[in-house]
Amino acid sequence: MYEKDGEKYYVVDAHVHIWDGRESNHKNVHGKQFIDCFYDYHKNLSPEEAVWDYDTYAYYGAERFMKDLFGEGHVDHAIFQATLLGDFYQNGFGQTEEAFGLTRQHPDKLTYNHAYDPRNGEAGLAQLRRDAERMNLKGVKLYTAEWHGDSRGYTLDEPWSRRYLEECLELGIRNIHVHKGPTIRPLDRDAFDVADIDKVATDYLDLNFIVEHVGLPRLEDFCWIATQEPNVYGGLAVAMPFIHARPRYFAQIIGELLYWIGEDRILFGSDYALWTPKWLVEKFVDFQFPGDMPEYPAITPEQKKKILGLNAAALYDLDVPRQFRLPAAASPGAGV
Amino acid sequence: MTRTVRSPAAEILSALATVMDPELDQPVTELGFVRSVAIDDDGVEVHLRLPTSFCAPNFAYLMVADAYDALTGVPDAGRVRVLLDDHHDSDKINTGTAAALGYVGTFGVEARDSLDELRRTFQRKAHLAAMERCCRSVLVGGVWTIEELPLLELFDLPEGALKSALMRRREAIGLPTHSHALVMVDHDGNPVAKSDVALWLRLAATTRVSIEGNAHFCRGLLATRYADTDPAGAASGFAPVITDSRSQS
Repeated sequence: MYEKDGEKYYVVDAHVHIWDGRESNHKNVHGKQFIDCFYDYHKNLSPEEAVWDYDTYAYYGAERFMKDLFGEGHVDHAIFQATLLGDFYQNGFGQTEEAFGLTRQHPDKLTYNHAYDPRNGEAGLAQLRRDAERMNLKGVKLYTAEWHGDSRGYTLDEPWSRRYLEECLELGIRNIHVHKGPTIRPLDRDAFDVADIDKVATDYLDLNFIVEHVGLPRLEDFCWIATQEPNVYGGLAVAMPFIHARPRYFAQIIGELLYWIGEDRILFGSDYALWTPKWLVEKFVDFQFPGDMPEYPAITPEQKKKILGLNAAALYDLDVPRQFRLPAAASPGAGV
Repeated sequence: MTRTVRSPAAEILSALATVMDPELDQPVTELGFVRSVAIDDDGVEVHLRLPTSFCAPNFAYLMVADAYDALTGVPDAGRVRVLLDDHHDSDKINTGTAAALGYVGTFGVEARDSLDELRRTFQRKAHLAAMERCCRSVLVGGVWTIEELPLLELFDLPEGALKSALMRRREAIGLPTHSHALVMVDHDGNPVAKSDVALWLRLAATTRVSIEGNAHFCRGLLATRYADTDPAGAASGFAPVITDSRSQS
């Protein structure tokens, strides 16, 4: 939780990782290129005092994770998003068992979202059922641009993908996080194209589709489809840190999102350890639109409370203590 | 008035300045993407670089191929070589471009379609953003109102950088550029209906915000990536290093 100026904020970090980018885990040169690229993102957008050394960044482990989120980072609950990248790393990039193990130790603080790939067909469906049971999944994280054998990516509205989405409905997996962006050499497909989200969001109204990174670098395409689909959400991971390095750009992103999709469908995420939540939360609570952007109405503490935690709490049925709820909210965790 | 004879280096740079990052809608020369230009008696060799080794290979390919085309159009350029550095597909792209294989030829079974449609998508977005900048400037001027914008013609736009940028984007997607052509048209040239103007402008503004923000970010990321290995470049704002060893003719 975070408190400032008499306002109390319940914080859900809806996008975190425990990864291993060390050389010992690289499968090939792409493993090195990938973690180097992440480190450049980290260095480029973090305040100086929040920049880590490279070795710590490559692997930080559970203890550091708990300290940075719950010890210092104001976070009440965090959601792991799987990033497997098996083509680059021996033991995967995101550390599935370590993250899942930690979630079992701290079920009140952590949720683990796993991944699936519809191109694994029936075998993948069976695996999804086993994973859902073992991991008690409420959400999954998908990479539609990932390569898989001869396939250069898939769209959410393909027949096999629809079967997996229907299985998610059966299994009670309601939250489909979709990474739209480059993963492994997106060639043919425009990896950022969100048109498939539009189609499945219409067809599966009981699923929530959270577009990670709010569709950046194609904010406008995301806003356009999200406006028309009430079950499409925007995850702020990677957009958040602009609040420090490029505050005017951040203001425009938030301003556009509030205009197009509104305050109830935006989720805070640090993308830890790309960035640490402490400074992101503090700066966001202090954030206001610059005076020379009159096109955006002032952002209120209620809006910030929803974005920082209440919206994600509603999607994941988290029990938000009474003092953090909005006055109008009758049911636990409901931010709207 | 005397006519200036431009040096070969200036000719090469002005050719490279016509090469745009398709997504960012800015010339590669302004983004720091041109690492070096070497001119000798045989020809010219240009090295390009990008903000991350994971920049989408289709965009990387477009820039290398466009640079190659722009340079072969320079009289007396000689043999043209364009090389992409530090990208995870550098070897493939460099070999493919040198052999003029085209995109599908370069990536073989890894690519199915040519990039024409992708390029068109971004040219349309660039047009939308350029149109919004022009409309916003006339609205700020106070002479035009939102309701009147569907009547705005190219003739009504003040001469300057905004208008010439719009003209270039219109040319790229095949829209008319004569003075009585309407400004507020979609990418097929259809006028925007009066009832849609406000929404249309709003979406165009979001498109502009998106493109401008990406360009800022890519610039910053390139600076972070090369700050340690290229301190001289960092000090010069990542301007290209130019060497001209061509014998004087």
